Amino acid sequence: MERHFEHELEELKERLLWMANLSENAVHQAVQSVFEKDEKLASRVLEEEKNINDLQLEIDDRVMQLLATQAPMAVDLRFILSASRINNDLERIGDQAVNIAQSALRILRHPQVKPYVDLPRMSELAEGMVRDSINALVRRDADLAKSVLVRDDEVDHLRDQIFRELLTYMMENSAVVFPAFELILITKNLERIGDHATNIAEDVIYMVAGRDVRHLASDRR
Amino acid sequence: MTADRPQSYPLTNIVVPVESHRDSAESAAIAPPQVKIAARNLNFYYGKYHAIKDVSLEISQNRVTAFIGPSGCGKSTLLRIFNRMYDLYPGQRVEGEVILDGENILTLKNIGLLRARVGMVFQKPTPFPMSIYENIAFGIRLYERIPRSEMDDRVRYTLTKAGLWDEVKDKLHQSGLGLSGGQQQRLCIARALAVNPEVLLLDEPCSALDPISTAKIEELLFELKSNWTVVIVTHNMQQAARASDFTAFLLEGKLIEYSVTSKLFTTPADSRTEAYITGRFG
Repeated sequence: MERHFEHELEELKERLLWMANLSENAVHQAVQSVFEKDEKLASRVLEEEKNINDLQLEIDDRVMQLLATQAPMAVDLRFILSASRINNDLERIGDQAVNIAQSALRILRHPQVKPYVDLPRMSELAEGMVRDSINALVRRDADLAKSVLVRDDEVDHLRDQIFRELLTYMMENSAVVFPAFELILITKNLERIGDHATNIAEDVIYMVAGRDVRHLASDRR
Repeated sequence: MTADRPQSYPLTNIVVPVESHRDSAESAAIAPPQVKIAARNLNFYYGKYHAIKDVSLEISQNRVTAFIGPSGCGKSTLLRIFNRMYDLYPGQRVEGEVILDGENILTLKNIGLLRARVGMVFQKPTPFPMSIYENIAFGIRLYERIPRSEMDDRVRYTLTKAGLWDEVKDKLHQSGLGLSGGQQQRLCIARALAVNPEVLLLDEPCSALDPISTAKIEELLFELKSNWTVVIVTHNMQQAARASDFTAFLLEGKLIEYSVTSKLFTTPADSRTEAYITGRFG
């Protein structure tokens, strides 16, 4: 006999995955709006933010209900706590996507500073981290989650590299200061998205293996 | 911890939970509790039925240790070995050792004295059909002769420790049977405490009580452990989680897992523990 509790846990997981889907999609649309100079796409990200925010509140309610009424233990407790934290990270990822879309709308008023080479790589990396952290959650795969943690350094490295490059452009030509500055903001947001994916991956490791790897040096994770 | 262990009983191969499951410098600085009771290779038989199978564990002093597990897992049997309750019944026998402060209680001759040192409270409140005062004084008189004024003090002290004094101080000479279930159970705890035990065994002490009375007993456990070592058998996992420092999970007579309560209920090491505490079997 399937217990009511199991059913509610499954529903929580499904809602969380839907939340992940919305956030991931928002990031993808936001960066594509920059690369494809698509104002409509950027505006859509801003419009759809409400769905993410509403879902965050709904998931919070579900978590609260389950904690209050089911007194969960062990793996169930770890899942529900992780779901609550992942929910917050996903909402923040949605916020970063909105920031990127807003930068996109401002950049599109200016000529393109330079061909985009590292930025697509960086966004692909950050999006991949989000996707895999969620895949790790779905598959309960701690190894996949660990691979996300490792990739965070690459994202940080790319952010620094792009920053240096854009700084050079800004020093050479004051006319590009504004759009280049917006691009720097975008890299900052992508870097934060990588951080949130890292948080999610850490929560997945806690959920699956019961180990808290937050704030540990990489060799101890 | 080793300094306080009796040298004649090298306690190897015994499960000793460590108080914090976080590997931090902070937790390492906390002194580990001393061992009050050490069970070694315990086996227990009801006639031919093998109820406890090679259980070894240590009970920490001034801590609350809970035994949990499905019905028939042996948790009450294990508890009852600690004050040799089984001696009351023919056909029951035990093998192994239970070391209480360096002494194997399974070979003790004076069982009455053992039961004064290791008090027990049962599932159903069992006050004697006498006054509240006499319920406490009766047990004391079995072991000591003390003047009336000292007896009054002892009754008051014990009832206070059991969290009952304020509720009964004006009716000490009324029958203990007139109290509510929760009060009766606290009277039984007071009665067990009256003879100055070192260890208090509680066998599902709240299963017949309402939630308010249960909460009072659980609060009481926090108070009691500063003076006594407490071992509690409970069907209620939430109770074990709330009220105990260490939890042992038993299944089919075997000790499956024994660890710090917060660890056992968040990150159990054994899949059988996990299945039981998450309600997926048992």
